[in-house]
This record gives sequence, C-alpha cells and structure tokens, in this order.
Amino acid sequence: MSHFVKLLPGCAIAAALSLPLAASAAGTLSYCVDAAPEGFDMAQYETTGTFDAVGVPLYEQLTRIRNEDATVVPGLAESWQISADGRVYTMKLRPGVKFHSTPWFKPTRDFNADDVLFSFQRMLDKKHPAHAAARNGFVYWAGMGMTDLVKSVEKLDAMTVRFTLGRPDAPFLASIAVPAVGPVLSAEYAARLQAAGRLEQLNVEPVGTGPFVLKSYQKDAVVRYLPHTAYWGGAPKVDAMVFAITIDGDVRAQRLKAGECLVGDVKAESIPQLAGSSTLGVVSHLPLSTVYIAPNNEKPPMKDLRFREALWLAMDKAALIRGGYGGKAAPAASFLPAKMWSLDSTLKDRSDPERAKALVKASGYDGRELVMFVLNDALARRRGASLQADWARVGVKVALRSLELGEVYKRSGQGEHDLVLLSWYSDNGDPDNFLTPNLACAAVTGGGNKARWCRPAFDKLLDQARATTDVAQRTALYKQAQRMIYDDVALIPLVYPEETTVVNKRVQGYTSNLLNLHDFRNVTVQP
Amino acid sequence: MPPVQARWAAALLRRLGLAAITFVGITLLAFLLVHLIPGDPVQMMAGTRRLDPAFHAEMLHRLGLDLPLHQQYLRYLGHALQLDLGRSLVSQTPVWDEFLRLFPATLELSLGALLIALPLGVLLGLWAAARRGTAVDRLIGAGAMVGASLPVFWWGLLLITVFSVGLRNWAPSLALPVAGRIALEFDITPRSGLMLLDALWSDDTGAWRSALSHLLLPSVVLATAPLAVVARMTRTAMLDVLGEDYVRTARAKGLREPRVIGVHALRNALLPLLTVAGMLVGTLLGGAVFTETLFSWPGIGKWLVDAISRRDYPVLQGGILITATLMMAVNLVVDGLYTLADPRLRR
Repeated sequence: MSHFVKLLPGCAIAAALSLPLAASAAGTLSYCVDAAPEGFDMAQYETTGTFDAVGVPLYEQLTRIRNEDATVVPGLAESWQISADGRVYTMKLRPGVKFHSTPWFKPTRDFNADDVLFSFQRMLDKKHPAHAAARNGFVYWAGMGMTDLVKSVEKLDAMTVRFTLGRPDAPFLASIAVPAVGPVLSAEYAARLQAAGRLEQLNVEPVGTGPFVLKSYQKDAVVRYLPHTAYWGGAPKVDAMVFAITIDGDVRAQRLKAGECLVGDVKAESIPQLAGSSTLGVVSHLPLSTVYIAPNNEKPPMKDLRFREALWLAMDKAALIRGGYGGKAAPAASFLPAKMWSLDSTLKDRSDPERAKALVKASGYDGRELVMFVLNDALARRRGASLQADWARVGVKVALRSLELGEVYKRSGQGEHDLVLLSWYSDNGDPDNFLTPNLACAAVTGGGNKARWCRPAFDKLLDQARATTDVAQRTALYKQAQRMIYDDVALIPLVYPEETTVVNKRVQGYTSNLLNLHDFRNVTVQP
Repeated sequence: MPPVQARWAAALLRRLGLAAITFVGITLLAFLLVHLIPGDPVQMMAGTRRLDPAFHAEMLHRLGLDLPLHQQYLRYLGHALQLDLGRSLVSQTPVWDEFLRLFPATLELSLGALLIALPLGVLLGLWAAARRGTAVDRLIGAGAMVGASLPVFWWGLLLITVFSVGLRNWAPSLALPVAGRIALEFDITPRSGLMLLDALWSDDTGAWRSALSHLLLPSVVLATAPLAVVARMTRTAMLDVLGEDYVRTARAKGLREPRVIGVHALRNALLPLLTVAGMLVGTLLGGAVFTETLFSWPGIGKWLVDAISRRDYPVLQGGILITATLMMAVNLVVDGLYTLADPRLRR
C-alpha cells in the first residue's frame, strides 16, 4: 500500500505529461467576458454583459454613437429629417442590408420598413402579440422614458419610416442608438415564429443584421459566433469569435496570461503584472462615466451649502485614486464625464481641508454620525473608507453601510441615505442622459435623483437643451447647467474611472469604446 | 410477512413519510429564504435605470409577484408537486430544462472529485492508522486539518498560478488549463452533458484530452476538503477496528500485516465511510458553488449564485428544492446500503 501511495504523484505527472496546452485557435477571437448573456432578445435586458454578447455583435439600430466623440451617426437609417417643431423624425433606411442566415431562419428579403415597424411597435403597443411574448418587458425602453416620448412609428414607404414624439427631444436619435432601446429585428422571422406559436424563441435564436451571427450558446460557458459574411459594412475579419464566460477577475487575468483568451477586462490590481507580459498589451481609456457622491440635499446638515462644500473640500482625491483605483482614474470637477461633448472644462476641482474645517463649523454640524451607502464589494468599501478618513480629519463622522446594488438604488431613491457613493455610465453619449435622470426635479419623486436636489431654473435649462438640435446652443446650456451644479454642490463629482482591457498582441485593430462596449467588428487575429 | 421484512417495510415507510415532511419543509424554507433577500427581480432587471412605477407594477403582476406571499407559496408548492418548477425570470426557459442542461457539468466535476477524494482519502487514512503515532501519521493528520480548512478560492487560485501559469514558463507541456470545461477551439455538441463522454463521441482525441485536462484542477480543488474528511474518518475507523479481538486473533494466527489490514480490518473499517460518502454529496454540491465560479465551470453551483444576484426566484427555489431532494434520496440509498452491508442491522 505504501508503495502505491508513493507512486501516485508520479502517475499524476505522467498523465499530465500527455495533456495538451489550451490556446486560442488562429483566426479565432476569444474574449473572456465577466457575465453570461441573460437572453438574446436585446430589448429585454440592460446589463453590459448582454450588450457585449448580444446587442453589439448581433443587432443594429437605426442610428449609432460614433466612438471618437459620442455623436450620432447613421446606422440602419441612412439619413433623417427633423421637423421644425422637433417632434417628427422621418428616416430613410439603408438599402441592401441582409439579415443573418442561420439554421433556424433563412431570410427571403432585405431589411426594410416592416422590420422597423415590428421592432418598435412591439415595445410601444401593449396589444402587439410580441409585446406579451417578451416576458421581461422592455426594461431599458421604459427606463429611458421612451414609452411616454414616442407617440407613433409609421411606414411611409418600403424604405422610409416616421417617428412622432410627444414633445421635442434632441437626445432621441442618441437614445434609439442604445442596443437595448432600438435593436432592429426581422419582421419576417417574427411572423414565422408567431405563426408557429413560438414568438418566445426571439429570445433564444436571434436573427439580426449585426456583424456577427450566433452559432451556438452553451449556457454560462461559451457563446460562439461566425462572421456575418453579407454584412453591409464589410464582413468581420476573424474566422470566428468566442466569448468565454469567466466571472472571476483574477481567473480572467490568468486566462489572458495563459493565452486561453486574447481579450479580457481585468481588475486594476492585476494590470501591473499583466503589463509586464511580452504577449499582452493594455488598452486604457476614460469611458463616459463619473463616480460621484450624492448628498441628500433634503436632510440636515447636507441641506446647508457650506456643509456640502466642506465635504468636497476635505477630499484627498489623489489618495483615493491611488488606493481605490490603483492609480487608474482622473479627478472630476464636473458631473459630466471627461470626454462628453459640452463638458465645462473651466470648472476646477476643490481641495482645501482647512477651509473645510471652517465651513463644517459654520454650518452648525452637531457631530452626529452620517451614513453613507456604498456597494457591497471590497473596492467600493475601500473607496468609501478613504473618503471616510478624509472627512474625519475635518471633524465629520461618517459610517459606511454596504448594500447590494438593488438596495442602494432603492433606498437612496427613497431618500433614506445621508450620502451615497455611486457611479453613472452614459447610455447614449448625450449630456441629457446624465443630467435629467440624476438631477431633474421629476427624478426626485421618480427616485433617480439621489441628491434630492431640485431647482426649477436648472430644469428649465434642460428643457431648453432638449428642445433644440443645435449642438452649439445645447453645449452652452449644458455648460450653464454644470456651473449651477458646481456652485450649489448639488452633488460631488469624484473621479472619472479608467476602464482597462487587456489585449493579446496577436489581436490587431481593437479600440476602446466611449460607452464601454466591446466591438470586435474591425479586429484581426494574427496566427 | 415475516417479522424481519415487516420491520424493513415499516422502517422504509417511516423514512418515506419523513422524506415527504422534509420535502414540504424544504419548499417552505427555500421559498422564505429566497423572498427574504432584499430587492425584487424587476428592480434587479432594471439595474441602475430609473424604474417607472407603472412598469414596475405591471411587471410584478405579470410575474405573479404582486400576490400575497402565502398565495405565492401555495401556488409554487402546487406546481412543484406536479414537477413544474416554473421558468427562469431572466432567461425565461423552464427551470427543469436549465437544471438538466447544467447538472451534468456538476455531476462530472463531483465524480472527478469523488474519484480523487475517496481512494486517496482511504489510502492516506489507512496509512496513518498503520503508522499510528509516527511522523507519517502526524503529517497526514496535519495535512488533513489544513486540507479541510483551505478556502476554496485561495486554494484554487494558488493551483492555477502554479500549474496553469507558472508551469507554462518552464515546462509548457505540463501546464494545465486555467478554466472552462474544454479548450475553446473544440465546439462539442452536448449529448450526455458530460464533457468527457461528449468529447469521446466527437472522435477527436485532442478534445477528450482537453476535457480531461480541464477537469483535473477543479476536481482537485473540490476534492481537497472531502479527501481530508475521508482520511481522518478512515484513520479513526481503522484504529477502532484494529483494536478488535478478531484482528488480535488474526495477528496471533501469524497472518502478515498487509493481510490483517487488507482482508480482516479494512472491510469493517469502511462501513462508516458509506455514511461519509453520502454526506460528501452535500459537501461536493456545496463546494461546487465556489469551485464552479472560480473555474468558470457551468454547473448548478454557478447557476444558483447567478440566480441569487439576479433574484431569479424560480431558479433559486427550484435549484434548492432539486438539490435538497437529491441529497435526501442519496441519504435514503446510503441508509439502505448500510443495512445491506452490515449484517447486524438485518437481524
């Protein structure tokens, strides 16, 4: 027996000797992604995992957000005209766009107005047969207020559609560019499914016009794609694409090191060790996002401008960025992100702990311990602790309360917090998408305005900016709005966090995306 | 009916009655625990988006979550008794379908772990018992203690760092894969759901070797704690048996030590291991939650973790119910086997 035990390690090594190395096949792009797609009907979901795995590769929208500057450019709509009152959008559709040909559906015609009609009417009309078939509802569409905004969508001819809005809304074109708001599906495919009583299959076997075609999905493991060879924008240059679902960030880093994945997002802490690798490169960028503190403006002592300003002045953002972001963030002075058009770059970050002490005293703060909600993860707690220490130095006591994402949003939406540490990512690249959901008066009752700060003059600026499509005019209005937030310390912008994607040097042509989506249509993979 | 069979039948009926009560208890507990988690599925679906109150109410109604809790429970119980566990709120596919698609991965991993833990644990336990009080015994004891208390995530990452990444630098042919069930270049059609079998069917020997290499590290990680338990239990049981009169008699007859241990002592010492093996099913399923998450192993552990974060009530309730029922069934079988294996219990 003892001899056998001694032999065991040797046997294991001998067995391992014959095992092959796992590596990505030449011409195949492998992406280690942190979440599985929830389903394949993009309009029913809102997570970035589903955006990356479904919205970006498989579907397209009438408009697109240009990566360089977040402006709206044509997508499946080739051009559009906006009526003088800003309520009617007439869109000319792109000819020659092919839907995916898959084992579950072979299209007999190109994309046309019927597809636009189907895709939008199923979200607008509760009696539409495909509305009830979407069991999760159209959460993003509803969340962006599109149900109230869009009054009708009509087909003018085979290649022209008309949207009529209930009010002028300049961000409309940007909103329908969001993968979960305006994905265009095949009406022909839907009609076939409906005839077979299987409309729910839209969520399982997708047919879009995007640059990739779904090949197979093994739940929670792997999503496989093939290039859409008839793609109107030119077929992707990879032979195949594989998304390997890898939840743990450390494991993603190891898979990248081992060459099992060619692209992946990793934690900031993993960057230094990966950056030293001869086979890996790091792509860092500032997406359209801002981390901020929302003080509850309805509660004392946050009600007092001097106290809010003191909270900002007390911060040591350099320490926060070092300790909480691994150096991968930039300090913020405006709530609008660093690369957002209309950013007011004249606003300066505040830092003066001595003045903060004086303002705390002047505000009459009674020394009671305030509660700051933070997300229930180690990084958020570390960031919260850094701020907590800054505030303690100027005499403000803050306790951290870790809650799950849903609870943070629910409770702070109901105004239960004193302070809350949050971040906001742009949905559509439009400044309105930052300001209206988070700071408009209506968003106080809606729960989105966690700062519970309401100024009718501010709302008026936003209304004016929504009513015109003149970019220069809108920029001027948004700069005024930013100044108002800054002067009144409606909220405290903390940092613009960097997003980092690790890319194997065999991969060429990968560029980061301002909306933090992963788009591989222009990527090539060297053998 | 002879008295022995009558006693057996009565015992079986009693166990089945208890199992039925336990089943209802599990449904209630699963239902309550799941509904105690703060937040609701619609809120989680909306994520950071503003949740329009009318949309929220409509969705809650559509999902049947606006009913009073007791009505929701009774509806769930009624359906569960008809083996209808509902549909996932997220993917919208039936819970049973998802379970059946994912369970083979967990089964494969658990079997891999069991194949390591049981024989190796027994061997180490026997070795420690045979060398009682020596350095070997102390070393195995200490190893078992460490093995039983190793945090899965830390242990798994350590093994990945050493055997997948570190080894790649100086002995690439020995390096093991980091995660997943098979190398990404193999697109294997799931038939049985057991990757080793499916890869074998694919007629690609590279695929089978890849599947095997992917199974090794997660199996070792999942096997570590059970291996320690088995080793300690075997040692204890063996020491008990070695003190019995019949072992002393065997030795007095002049039998060699390997024969005394292998033939006379081992069979009796292994009896308590039957119970341990039953308990291991629970340990393996529990341990699989972490191991599967770490190794991106698409099994029911990872499925349940995802369901918690998404408040996917039907998946959580169904998953808990199925796994608990499975454990009950395994324990029933083990009890039966125990009775068969130990003649004293049949008297």
